[in-house]
Amino acid sequence: MSETAEDISQHDVQKEFKELLTFFLAGEEYGVDILRVQEIKGWDSVTNIPNTPEYIRGVINIRGSIVPIIDMRLRFNLEKREYDATTVVIVLNVVSAGNADRTMGVVVDAVSDVYNVPIDDVKASPDFGTAVDTEFVTGLATIDEKMIIVLDIDHMLNAAELAVIDKIAD
Amino acid sequence: MSIDLEQFHETFFEESFEGLDIMESGLLELEQGEVDMENINTIFRSAHSIKGGSGTFGFTAVAEFTHDMETLLDQMRNGERQVSASVVDTLLGCVDVLRNMLSAIKDGSEIDVESVSEMTAALKSILGESSGEASAATEAAGSSASTNGWVVHFKPELDIMKTGNDTVRLLRELNSLADKVEVLVDNENLPSLSDIDPEECYQSWKINLIGGNVSEEDITEVFAWVDDECELTIEALAEEGSYLGPERRDDDRRKNEVAERRTADRRAAASKSSESSSIRVNISKVDELINMVGELVITQSMLSQFGEDENFNANHIERLKDGLTQLETHTRELQESVMRIRMMPISFAFQRFPRLVHDLSSQFDKKIELIMTGETTELDKTVLEKIGDPLVHLVRNSLDHGIESPEVRVESGKSETGVIELSAYHQGGNIVIEIKDDGAGLNKEKILSKAKQNGLVSQEERLSDDQIYDLIFRPGFSTADVVSDVSGRGVGMDVVRRNIRELGGMVEVASTPGEGSVFTIRLPLTLAILDGQLVGIGDETYILPVISIIESLQVKKENINAVAGNAEVYRLREEYIPIVRLYQIFGIEPASKELDEGLLVVVEAEGKKLAIFVDDLLGQQQVVIKSLETNFKKVEGLSGATILGDGTVALIIDIAGLIDLYQKDMANVVVSIKGGGLAA
Repeated sequence: MSETAEDISQHDVQKEFKELLTFFLAGEEYGVDILRVQEIKGWDSVTNIPNTPEYIRGVINIRGSIVPIIDMRLRFNLEKREYDATTVVIVLNVVSAGNADRTMGVVVDAVSDVYNVPIDDVKASPDFGTAVDTEFVTGLATIDEKMIIVLDIDHMLNAAELAVIDKIAD
Repeated sequence: MSIDLEQFHETFFEESFEGLDIMESGLLELEQGEVDMENINTIFRSAHSIKGGSGTFGFTAVAEFTHDMETLLDQMRNGERQVSASVVDTLLGCVDVLRNMLSAIKDGSEIDVESVSEMTAALKSILGESSGEASAATEAAGSSASTNGWVVHFKPELDIMKTGNDTVRLLRELNSLADKVEVLVDNENLPSLSDIDPEECYQSWKINLIGGNVSEEDITEVFAWVDDECELTIEALAEEGSYLGPERRDDDRRKNEVAERRTADRRAAASKSSESSSIRVNISKVDELINMVGELVITQSMLSQFGEDENFNANHIERLKDGLTQLETHTRELQESVMRIRMMPISFAFQRFPRLVHDLSSQFDKKIELIMTGETTELDKTVLEKIGDPLVHLVRNSLDHGIESPEVRVESGKSETGVIELSAYHQGGNIVIEIKDDGAGLNKEKILSKAKQNGLVSQEERLSDDQIYDLIFRPGFSTADVVSDVSGRGVGMDVVRRNIRELGGMVEVASTPGEGSVFTIRLPLTLAILDGQLVGIGDETYILPVISIIESLQVKKENINAVAGNAEVYRLREEYIPIVRLYQIFGIEPASKELDEGLLVVVEAEGKKLAIFVDDLLGQQQVVIKSLETNFKKVEGLSGATILGDGTVALIIDIAGLIDLYQKDMANVVVSIKGGGLAA
């Protein structure tokens, strides 16, 4: 890791940084590792997949691959909200067990900002009542007095119905 | 300059395995008593290339082993050795050992040294035998004993230099072997100066190698790369050289061991998947592709003119349309050519059967003739690789259960030799593979009683013949009285069906008692593209594979019958077909729930028919199959998805899966009816 003199003057040398893309969901701000974000796109119609839970909205075509779209509000049993002009789909790379990377989209209320957060500043989350199960939270970061909930997307998008099943047992 | 040889390993292995296949089929032909010089030469050449290649890449164990085989083959080639069954058997064994060695090297695992040395010993003992019996063949018998010297007659073919070989270099190498070398050039064939082609070689040589402890192998080694391009004789200079072969011994016991090991090895090899990631493509197919791309570029530049033209007017529209039509044609042709690259003849899957039948028929003491037709039928490489194992299962099954023993056959008035026919042909967008035997046929009573015994069928159920035959594909079903190691564990047929289903195909069986059975496999030509029928249900568009559709029809109300108040069936020409309301199974809001306001699409999979109720038929088109599993997971009732012209995703229905879903659905209904205490 080589840092330029400029970088060093700006930041403490010892600190490692992580860039987070943040988004809103039911009034709270969440962050995901920006390196996992493939693209951000407006909400568009999806093709429903039969016999799947409601939070799996369906699949869309992203440059020739079939990508499932997950509604984050429904996933965490939040109140439904009509999709509007700020509703976006964040397309993420998810590392799944056993097989290679998967691409999935999540529907969120709006995107917020990109922050550079020192990794050490992400504190383990106390077990308090956020909407999102603490199981899927990596930690909490504070930026300009705001709290950002950093999500563990690999865990979140491989859980329950989204788990990779090698073979459906007979 | 050092070249990284590793990059050629893949090619070497591929070529070697091909070579082994060629040797195997050649040997099997020999065994049938047709001693054909050309055939022996082909076998020899394959062995030779493997030897040469493995030497180059430093796989000395393989090179050494092949060398002994080569020696034996060379004797056959020179007519010094009779082609006998035992020799052919040994050579076949060698091919197996060699194949194991090569795959071991390829996988980086340990070579089974024991089997190699056993086989080497067997080879050596055959080579040794000949020296005891025919002293004339002594020198050619791969003797490693040295003599006082050698006389080498070397007469290269005219165009030897064009293949990159240099006679001078060969001579120089010989020179380095012996203490004293005398060379005599024969210029008899040298034309006059005006007629000489400087790229041709007109001379021949007689070389005396004296002293230096040279073995015959050393000399053949020098000529290893050119010996199919020259006449080469090597004679011992002095008479004293006597060959000390290993003593002849009674090696029946060992032969048996070798045979046992061979079968075991082969089974192990068969279980390993033979899928390779590279593909050999005929150059003409690539040229065709390049032509298509050229055409496409021309069309593209023509069309782009319209975009740049500022005075675009109505007159141009006609030409624009023409251009677009051309573009469509070219795109389609390009698509077809690309698909053709993946196509390979089915002989790649068939070629293992002569050997299999040969081995198994001796194991079962049955006489069997194998007839193969349509080996050149092409199908997708992926399908080809995956169909191998199911085919082996089916052929083994026909051999074990189908064909009777010779005595039984004679008793029932058939010829002693049973016939298994393997054929492949195209039908519509499918490839059909048939495995036909003229054996006893399936025993209906036996199947049925077995199925009842295993609880697959309830005691009072009535089944049609086809339904009974279909039972053999059910998991946990086997009628073999004795569990043989070939078939009869009851895991055969259901695996066959499952594997074929995974490829989007189906397997059926037809049988006539006393006359034999036919297994028919239907497979899509490719896994990548499908002829699809678009159907609309509510706002959704689904795709049904055209291959499974029998017909589409408008509903006549009087033909609808309800069974047990819930399951609906449609009467179509004296046949009752269950109606599936797709919207119910898939949980969609349809345009109409009234059967006479929509359409029924009658589909068939694995002998079962289903009438799918849809709102509308939307058109047919070829669709590219995209996997849902890449980013999501397998969904029951769906085989994948595709992208339509407008960029949206449409889901492709898996008919066999849908039937399962429907039956599960019905089973629930039946259970609830029974639970409610209703009698049928």
